[in-house]
Amino acid sequence: MTGVLVSLIDGVLIGSVYGLAAMGLTLIWGVMNVINLTHGALIVLGMFAAYFLTAGSGLSPYATLPLVLAAGFAFGVVLYWIAVHRVVERPHLMSLLATFAANMMLIGIGTALWSTSPYNVPVSLPGISWGYYTFTGTHIAAAVVALIIASLLYWLLHYTRIGKAIRAVSNNRQAAELVGIPTTRVLSFAFGLGAALACVSGTLIATLFPFTVLSGNAYQLKSFVVTVLGGLGNPAGGLLGGITLGLVEGLAAPFMPISWTPIIEFALFVAVLILYPRGIFAFAKA
Amino acid sequence: MAVDERTSTSVLQPSFSRLPLASRALAFFGRPFPWLIIAVAALFAALPLWTGNVPLRESLLLAAVYITLASNLNLMIGYAGYVNFGNIVFFGLGGYIGMFLISTLGLPLIIAVFAAGCLVSGLALLFGLGILGLRGAFFALATIGINEAVKAFITNFEPWGGAAGIYLPLDVFAELGGPANALWVVYFALVAVMAASLFLSYGIKISKFGMGLQAIGQNEDAAAVLGVPTRLYKSLAYAISAFLPAVAGALYYFKSAFIEPGGAFDLTLSIEAIVMVMLGGHGTVTGPAIGAFLYEELRGALLTMDAFSHFQLVIAGAVLLLIVLFAPGGLMGVVYRVWPRLRKVLP
Amino acid sequence: MTTLLEIAGLSKRFGGVKAVENLSFNVGPGEIVGLIGPNGAGKSTAFDLINGVFKPDRGTIRFDGEDITGLRPDHIARRGIGRAHQIVQPLAGMTVMENCLVGACFGREDLSIDAGEEAVREAAHFVGLDDRLNTYASALTTAGKKRLELARALSARPRLLLLDEVLAGLNPTETEHMITVLRRIKARGIAMLMVEHVMRVVMSLSDWIVVMHLGRKLAEGHPREVAENPEVIRAYLGDASEIAAFAEGAS
Repeated sequence: MTGVLVSLIDGVLIGSVYGLAAMGLTLIWGVMNVINLTHGALIVLGMFAAYFLTAGSGLSPYATLPLVLAAGFAFGVVLYWIAVHRVVERPHLMSLLATFAANMMLIGIGTALWSTSPYNVPVSLPGISWGYYTFTGTHIAAAVVALIIASLLYWLLHYTRIGKAIRAVSNNRQAAELVGIPTTRVLSFAFGLGAALACVSGTLIATLFPFTVLSGNAYQLKSFVVTVLGGLGNPAGGLLGGITLGLVEGLAAPFMPISWTPIIEFALFVAVLILYPRGIFAFAKA
Repeated sequence: MAVDERTSTSVLQPSFSRLPLASRALAFFGRPFPWLIIAVAALFAALPLWTGNVPLRESLLLAAVYITLASNLNLMIGYAGYVNFGNIVFFGLGGYIGMFLISTLGLPLIIAVFAAGCLVSGLALLFGLGILGLRGAFFALATIGINEAVKAFITNFEPWGGAAGIYLPLDVFAELGGPANALWVVYFALVAVMAASLFLSYGIKISKFGMGLQAIGQNEDAAAVLGVPTRLYKSLAYAISAFLPAVAGALYYFKSAFIEPGGAFDLTLSIEAIVMVMLGGHGTVTGPAIGAFLYEELRGALLTMDAFSHFQLVIAGAVLLLIVLFAPGGLMGVVYRVWPRLRKVLP
Repeated sequence: MTTLLEIAGLSKRFGGVKAVENLSFNVGPGEIVGLIGPNGAGKSTAFDLINGVFKPDRGTIRFDGEDITGLRPDHIARRGIGRAHQIVQPLAGMTVMENCLVGACFGREDLSIDAGEEAVREAAHFVGLDDRLNTYASALTTAGKKRLELARALSARPRLLLLDEVLAGLNPTETEHMITVLRRIKARGIAMLMVEHVMRVVMSLSDWIVVMHLGRKLAEGHPREVAENPEVIRAYLGDASEIAAFAEGAS
């Protein structure tokens, strides 16, 4: 019984990181109605950034976070201008395919560079013991960092000018344009922000588990599940959704082999979508 | 909402739908395009036969398979506007069911192949009714999930060979007159399936069903308000788009006499099918066929030049991105802009 | 008089906002009912509820004696209710003919493509789009797109048309033309429920007016009664031009 409880708490810890990842996705989605299918690739980039920045340099992965945030943001902005800008106002089919194509290219280049071998970022942090069980230090650290970044995002969205601009554009792009907000720049900023969040969550995940170039897919799926759980375009909901998913995984982990996880998540994804058809995702802005 | 007007739409021909079936068939063949399909199919069949060139046959066989996959995928992407990322699941599952029916139940090829098509189509209808209530992007993601779920299931399913797959003993070719003969039979069958796919694509496009689908693709909400039964039509399109790829899968894997889950449900080919459709021109009948053919040539050329198979996806991704950004109507979109009259002749 | 459309106690809230509350009114066959009210009164939501886009929380909608509450949009269309949207929704990649064909073939009469073409030509002629049947919807002007909305809905030969601000954004000439079209539609015996802000038009065309305010029905009656109703005037208070238009239209 305690074992399940520990598993659940661990799930909450890891879930915070899922929430952080999903926040990037849901932000972009909410602002410009684009489903960013490069999300998985961005997470992978964050993972490899962690590896290459720490291997040999002796840096702690946590120290690399600001750099990853900045680089991820810049990369996201570039990605926006290359792949997203022209398709933002077009039918969803097109933006879906555009980000998908970008993802193919990124993963393809990544595979060519780094093959599909597993990589690992070893981190030694003292854990917290509790009777027979230990809460891994990295898990706790990751959750703390995720919460800090999430708070920073909240502050940015609600207490800065750019944040207000982002929320205005999310609400009604045309109206925002009419009051003088440079919406295109706001969109590129938001996309960069979403990318930065994805990369940073990748860095954190790298401290938790080994990874390969292809790991992005699994975390992208988790991000989608979290996004629909927490509500479209709602970063706070994303964090809660992430923790919920973490709880679900924590609950399932003692009883089910890991290879079943994607199937459970997929089932959860479809179930949530079918049971909450309009409430959670008012996708079509009619 | 900005939509690319170069996207081709229905090519309405009057005086068609009210005629009785026999006259309808006559009216259908009174138009040029069906004859073009027959001509292409005849060419596919005749060329390797006359020249006795087996490598040519193998190359055209692959082209026929790709054209089949792309044309049927177009029903979802091009007509209904829904991206079926996991479309390979029809091909792979058709292959597995076909192999199972032939090796375990000893059914003759024709029956096994047809049954595979029907079963996969039926399953698709069931799944479709479930996931087609979801909007475009969610549906797209759900289709990947379906592919992965089926792959995972079969990998663990021992009666169907599990991860190792199924091998067919060579005596299954006896009923077709030996292995060499069987390869020709399968080839002609696949050419027929390709022709059927093109006929299906065309027939739907000029039908009321096709018009409803295309309305859904243009603006699903508006289509619903106009009375189009959106959920039913999408599910039907999904189920119909499963049939011929499943049949092709059953034929293809029968010929290979071997199937295993990794290859049968490989997302790469699934993705390439999408690129083929977009490259040629989604929503048109000729587009996916040309796109499939061109892509196969491009891929073949690249593989001889580049040892890195992973660049395959990078190139495919680049092609897709360029098309989406600069020529969303694909090749046929460009053709129609230069020669608008071709819209009716080469739909 | 038998009623075509009967709305009773319709209510819908979104989150904390009561968009429509306890709305009840009727539309008779061949009648024009104007649905007016200040912005945010809930008029478009009322349409969405009738149309099947949203399900009401409470209340019923009866059409031609049949309970259609909560039915999906395509079912409602097939029962003979058409809609012209405030923000036009053309099927942009299709021509005017093809757009209207969708309406004709999937509407009440479930026509074949062939028979549908006749219905389309009729509807296109009605609204004045017969010269542009082969034009792509995306290539039309705003006024053209507004006409397309109407033609498309008419092609289905509906019994009731929901008109959502069909006059918005039109210049005087186009407005006059549209008014003529609406009169023709009335002459055909098609009932219309109009949401309109061009006061003088809605007051002069309508047989009956329903005024909404903050989601509720504020008043209803003949245009002249409504124009003189102090509560209605109060709701529009501050907008002298509106009040003048009331009076002008109702007389």
